[in-house]
Amino acid sequence: MTAILAINALCLSFGGQQVLDDVSLSVQPGERLALLGHNGAGKSTLFKTVLGFLRPSSGTVAVAGRAPGSNAAREAVNYLPEVVSFQRNLSGREVLSYFSGLRGTPKAEVSDLLARVGLLDAADRAVGTYSKGMRQRLGLAQALIGAPRLLLLDEPTSGLDPVSRHEFYEVIADAAVRGSAVLLSSHGLEEVQDKTDRIAILARGRLTAEGTLAELAQEAGLPTTIRISAKPGAADDLHGEFGGRRVNGCRLDLDCAQGAKVDLLARLGRHHDKLRDVEIAPPGLTDIYRHFSRMSPAEDQI
Amino acid sequence: MSTRIGTVFGQELRQARRNLWVILATAVLGLFALALALFGAGQGSGLKVDVLTLTAVSLATLSVYLIPLIALLMSYDSISGEVERGSLALTFATPVRRWEVFVGKLLAQTVAVCVAILIAFGTVGCIIGFLAETSRDGVSAWLRLMLSAGGLGAIFVGIGLMLSALTGRTARAAAAAVGVWLLLVVLYDVALLGAIMAAGEGIFATHVFPWLVIANPADAFRLYNLAMIDAAPVAGIDGLSQTLPFPPVAALAALGLWLVVTIAIGSARTKRIVP
Repeated sequence: MTAILAINALCLSFGGQQVLDDVSLSVQPGERLALLGHNGAGKSTLFKTVLGFLRPSSGTVAVAGRAPGSNAAREAVNYLPEVVSFQRNLSGREVLSYFSGLRGTPKAEVSDLLARVGLLDAADRAVGTYSKGMRQRLGLAQALIGAPRLLLLDEPTSGLDPVSRHEFYEVIADAAVRGSAVLLSSHGLEEVQDKTDRIAILARGRLTAEGTLAELAQEAGLPTTIRISAKPGAADDLHGEFGGRRVNGCRLDLDCAQGAKVDLLARLGRHHDKLRDVEIAPPGLTDIYRHFSRMSPAEDQI
Repeated sequence: MSTRIGTVFGQELRQARRNLWVILATAVLGLFALALALFGAGQGSGLKVDVLTLTAVSLATLSVYLIPLIALLMSYDSISGEVERGSLALTFATPVRRWEVFVGKLLAQTVAVCVAILIAFGTVGCIIGFLAETSRDGVSAWLRLMLSAGGLGAIFVGIGLMLSALTGRTARAAAAAVGVWLLLVVLYDVALLGAIMAAGEGIFATHVFPWLVIANPADAFRLYNLAMIDAAPVAGIDGLSQTLPFPPVAALAALGLWLVVTIAIGSARTKRIVP
């Protein structure tokens, strides 16, 4: 199967600053790839390069085998920008008819799309009266016009409540089932967990990780934290025995690798008279994300 | 191609209507035309021309100020505003060609200006024709005025869009539009008058000056309308209309050239916008 989007060793500098540095990615038809990164990590720049708005300094981008921004590439790609503002005095239906006209798709599709994103009732109201969630869903409907081969969604769910967010991802999953390749950006792993097939993490313009969530967790190899609450006066003894980090007078955090967990718990069991409680915290999604997106330990403290 | 231009055209025309541009422009043009008609009717009996011709002459002079202003106001933020709002990025991501966006916007706003001119001048023309005696010359002068005013509107819509594409920012586009209006409509004439007075009779007055006048679309429009009326009571630069070294239609050709140039520059510049 050939990739709809193939990015190879892409570099892009902007005003003397390296915004994208040696980025390579590919997305297959029907696949959903989440691109994670902080504000300013280069996500929007990557999208604008794929759209052909910005030119790479070096490296190549191919959309459906064509140069980004070429007529054939623009026919294959649909885009939802991070900030979308439609003309306030047009109705949702008029906005979709406009984009449908530009893409040369049948007008009959418009009502179907409005229904898919749940906007059929508000279709003939002015966009100015829409809530943020409704405007975002209209943006998504716009991005689904003409069964796109590649969907570029730049932070599509930022500012949406959890229910709308869930519905949003259902529409995206549906589009992927219909054969669209999806590249979407987001701020956090929690959000895209179970919602995308693969994850790529961009930090300061460099791709620091790429794979499924399980692969990322394994690659990160982060320790499990065991949180101990000691009985009064016993904390010092435990600290002496096990080391670890003192949190306060009676609490102690121990880090241990995946394989050493059971062993450590067995050793702790021998000191059960000094323990009040033990809590096991496996590395969370936030920890994994921070592991791949941090550049220096100092930054991680923020 | 035609569907995509048609789509941009339809959307843009709908905007012009919803933003009340057409109604506003019609009202302004209509009121001024009516005022000039009443003024012309008041003094018309003393002159050998009919009221319609007289009003066409004075309206041509006033239109030089009003129509470019209306056209520039309608167009100056059409592209830069969309760049700032982010909606142009969506449009440019579709298969539409950049020049099609420029031409579609130009056509729609030109139609909006022309509709305003047609309704305003058409209505006032009918009122004059109904109330006062009208000659065939008067009717043709009035029709020429309406047609060439549409052309003038198209050029300044083109200039406004071109500035919008060149600057890419609404604030800068507004400043540029005001500057261009002042330059072409006001200062150009003053500078030319100064030059002709300094140069006096000679090669400049007979061979260079007329070309300089039709090089400016606003002056070309006025010159065309006045030169076609034999009995027009004119003065100043407009006095030139009686001693032209070329047929008045050349002024129309100058207008056409302006339109082509603004479309060419505007389209080329729209291609280079990073939305």
